[in-house]
Amino acid sequence: MDANALKQALQQRFGELAWQYSESQRGQRRLVIPASQLLNYLEFLRSECGFDALLDITCVDYLHYRGAKDRFGLVYLLGTSTSGERLVVRCYLNEPNLTIASTVPLWEGANWLEREVFDMFGIVFEGHPDLRRVLLPEEFAGFPLRKDYPLRGRGERHNFERISRSQS
Amino acid sequence: MDVSVPENVVVTKLDSLASWCRKNSLWPMPFATACCGIELMATGASKHDVARFGAEVFRFSPRQCDLMIVAGRVVMKMLPVLQRIWLQMPEPKWCISMGACASTGGVFDTYSVVQGIDRFIPVDMYVPGCPPRPEQLIQAIIDLQDKIQREGTLMGTEFQTEARQQPKRALLDIVTPQAAPRPEPLPIVPNVGV
Repeated sequence: MDANALKQALQQRFGELAWQYSESQRGQRRLVIPASQLLNYLEFLRSECGFDALLDITCVDYLHYRGAKDRFGLVYLLGTSTSGERLVVRCYLNEPNLTIASTVPLWEGANWLEREVFDMFGIVFEGHPDLRRVLLPEEFAGFPLRKDYPLRGRGERHNFERISRSQS
Repeated sequence: MDVSVPENVVVTKLDSLASWCRKNSLWPMPFATACCGIELMATGASKHDVARFGAEVFRFSPRQCDLMIVAGRVVMKMLPVLQRIWLQMPEPKWCISMGACASTGGVFDTYSVVQGIDRFIPVDMYVPGCPPRPEQLIQAIIDLQDKIQREGTLMGTEFQTEARQQPKRALLDIVTPQAAPRPEPLPIVPNVGV
């Protein structure tokens, strides 16, 4: 689906003001949507526009970023299984309401991707079947990829018992 | 009085004999988590052939090993595993910290990477390098053999001495809270051009 057809389809379904479409110089397509409408948009893109593959979910923390208005940018990278097209769908979240609908009902593969975003950024996905940490230990406190998290941590890495020679 | 022993009899100490046996058949436990593990494999392979020093039997069960080679960075999620494997190895046992990451954390000074395994388990030999060449690891094994021959005992009493229970001197001010303050760094003289 080329860019004009995509824009037309989005306009017919969602109106003109709710979303912004742009293309980078290298032809990367971006679609910025309201976070409250996420599932509607993704469902539409999947069923009507052919973007049937969820390639990645990730997140960007825009704290201290020059000119940024929002704190977190959630990024959904979609692809088509037939023509190899890509589409980057973004929505923005701000504190204190860091919750967004889970996309597991649309793609089963979103399960661990959303767990990773929760693990690193603390975004809560409502409706996720099993929202636990996936990479960090379960007792870990804090979300280390947030920009206000200290690079060297808060001492978690050295919070262990030392084994002396005679103990072993 | 003339005391004579047959030609094929050697007199030695029991400790020395035990150490001689142990040092020439070290069974390594490869705890390889990163690129140092590749050099560790090269050390065991035919070109460098660690079998020349009797340490070729890499075992993947800690119950059968007496030398742990920690090759690579250890993260906070891996450290309890490392400690558990160390405790599962039978005595007497030794540990080589291979590479910059295992010894100090290397360039990975982040929230999750342990800054040197010697904070949490005893280490006998450190191998510098990123990653070290197989020759360096072989040198560490040779040095460890010397150490075993020098201070090893039949019952492993050298592991029970008080000095062996302390953290390394470089870690004292980090590990013990009431340690002396670090000395002031030397003043930096600005380099004024002539």
